[in-house]
Amino acid sequence: MGSLKIENVKKAFGPVEVLKGINLEVTDGEFVVFVGPSGCGKSTLLRVIAGLEDSTSGRVVIDGADVSATPPAKRGIAMVFQTYALYPHLTVKNNMGLGLKQAGTPAPEIDRRIGIASSMLSLEPYLERRPAELSGGQRQRVAIGRAVVREPKLFLFDEPLSNLDAALRVNTRLEIAQLHRRLKATMIYVTHDQVEAMTLADKIVVLNAGRIEQIGGPMELYNSPANEFVAGFIGSPKMNFIEGARLGETAKTIGVRPEHLTVDTKSGAWKGTVVHAEHLGADTNLYLDCEKAGLITVRIFGVYDAEPGATLYATPDPAKTYRFGADGKVLK
Amino acid sequence: MSTATRSLPRTIGAHAILLTYTAIALFPVILVIMNSFKSRAGIFGAPLTPPTPKTFDLIGYTTVIGQGDFIHYFQNSLVVTVASLFFVLLFGAMAAFALSEYRFRGNSLMGLYLALGIMIPIRLGTVAILQLMVASGLVNTLTALILVYTAQGLPLAVFILSEFMKQVSDDLKNAGRIDGLSEYTIFFRLVLPLVRPSMATVAVFTMIPIWNDLWFPLILAPSEETKTVTLGAQLFLGQFVTNWNAILAALSLAIMPVLILYVIFSRQLIRGITSGAVK
Repeated sequence: MGSLKIENVKKAFGPVEVLKGINLEVTDGEFVVFVGPSGCGKSTLLRVIAGLEDSTSGRVVIDGADVSATPPAKRGIAMVFQTYALYPHLTVKNNMGLGLKQAGTPAPEIDRRIGIASSMLSLEPYLERRPAELSGGQRQRVAIGRAVVREPKLFLFDEPLSNLDAALRVNTRLEIAQLHRRLKATMIYVTHDQVEAMTLADKIVVLNAGRIEQIGGPMELYNSPANEFVAGFIGSPKMNFIEGARLGETAKTIGVRPEHLTVDTKSGAWKGTVVHAEHLGADTNLYLDCEKAGLITVRIFGVYDAEPGATLYATPDPAKTYRFGADGKVLK
Repeated sequence: MSTATRSLPRTIGAHAILLTYTAIALFPVILVIMNSFKSRAGIFGAPLTPPTPKTFDLIGYTTVIGQGDFIHYFQNSLVVTVASLFFVLLFGAMAAFALSEYRFRGNSLMGLYLALGIMIPIRLGTVAILQLMVASGLVNTLTALILVYTAQGLPLAVFILSEFMKQVSDDLKNAGRIDGLSEYTIFFRLVLPLVRPSMATVAVFTMIPIWNDLWFPLILAPSEETKTVTLGAQLFLGQFVTNWNAILAALSLAIMPVLILYVIFSRQLIRGITSGAVK
C-alpha cells in the first residue's frame, strides 16, 4: 500500500550537485528518517519524492508505479512542513479538507475523515478557528491532520518539529510515533536532529554531501557505524576521535564513545586534566585534556564530582572501540 | 514628566518639527480649497484669509459644473485611473510571481529588463507612442491612456512586488501544490492576500501620477469626449485671462477622488511600508 523505491536519483542546481545518485528502498509501513547535517540534500531528496522538485536523472517509484513525471497532487502523498504552511484564510476544518475537495471527494466523506483526524489529534475544539488563532503546537497538529485526512500512501515530514519549543517537541514527537503505530502508514521524516531520528525511526538513512553514508536501524547505526561520519553523527555527546599514531595504533583514527570510557583517580590508560565538567544530574560530562589522546569527552552516568584542574585517568572499553582507516571506513 | 523613555524638551522638539512640516505640506492644499470658495475680488484682495460672509462665493463651482462638462471629465479620469491601476496590479503581480517563483534561464536578466522602465522616463518615447496610437487608430480614446499608464506603472510594480513575493513562504505554495491547487489558484488565493499591503503601496504610488498627469491626455486624448480632469481644468487657464475661481474649484474637486482612494489603500499602506521592518 505504500512502498517507495528510489533509483539512482541525481539532482543538480546548475553546476552544484546536491544529490549524487541516491538508491533507496522503503517497504510498506516503515518509518524512515533521513538525517544529516544542513546542506546534505535530505530536504531536496524529500522534495524530489514529493514531486516539488524534478530530479535531474533517476526514477522515483511509489507502489510499483513510476511517478517521476506525475504532479505532486497525484502521487498519493501528503506532506507536513517545518513552517506548518497552513492556509491563513481558511479555518482549521477547511485547511484539512481542501486537498480532498480539490480531488472531488464527496462532502460527507470529507467530514467523516476530518472527524476521525481531528479526534485523533484532539483538534475538535478548534475546527472553526483560523490558523492565526492557534498556538505553534496546535498549528503543527493541524498540519499533521491535513496530511492524515488525505489517507496517503506516503507521509512526508520535513523537519516538522524544528519550529516548536523543546517541551512541545517531545510531545509532538510522541504523537507522531503513536500516529505511525495507529495508521501503520509509510512515513518518511527529515530531520537534522539525531535524537528525533533515533527515537522515531525503524530505519535511518544518514546522508552527507548528497550521498547516503549508511542505512540501518537506530541501534545498528549506533553499534556498528560504517564509517567515521556516521560514528560521529549518531550519539550524543559526539564520539571521541583520536589520531591512531598518537596511541601507537596502525589505524588512521581511533573512535570511542564518551559513554564507553571509564575514569579513575589513580590509574588508567590515558592520564588527563579536567578542563570542564557539565553536571546534568542523570549524567556528568567531563572534558579531559589527555597527554596521549588530546581533548576527549567522557560521559559518566550519575553524579560525579570533579573540579577543573583535577587529574583523572580515562580508560576506553576495548570491545567498544572503533578503528577507522585512512578512507574513513571502519576496519574490521 | 520626564521618564526613562521620553523627556519633555525632546517631545516638544519632535512635535514642533512635525507640526511645522505638516503645516508646510498642507498650506498649498488649504490655500486652494479656501480660495475656491471666494469671489474673484476676495481671491485677489486677501488670498490668505479664509472666506468671510462678504467674500464667500460659489461662482467657481457653478462655473465648473455649468460650463465645462466636468462630470464627464471626472468619469474619464476615474475610468483611466482605475483601469490602469487594475492592469498594473494584475500584470505586475503576475510577472513578479513568475520572477520570484520559477527558475528559468534568464530569470534575473528578465527582472532587470522589466525594472528598466523605472530609470527611463516614459515621456522620452512620446513621439513614438503617438505614432503608434495614430497607426492603431487609438488616438482620442481612453484605451490609449490606459495602455500608456499601464506600461508606465508596470516597472515599479514588478520591482516592488517581486521583492515581497520572495518573502512568501515556499512551504505554503508547496502545500498548495500537494493539495492539488493550480498555479493560478496558488497565485490568487494564497500569495495575493499575503502581499496585499505591498499591493496597496504600489497602488498609491501608481495612482497619483496617473490622476495628476496632463502630458498624455493633452497629446493622446485631447478631444472633448476623452478629456480628463487635469486637462479640463486647462479650459479656464487662458493666455490673457485666467478664471481663477473655476480653476481653484476644479482642483479642489479633483482632490476628492484621490483622497478617497488613498484612504481606502492607506490602512494597508502603513502595514506595507513597515512590514519588512518587524517580523
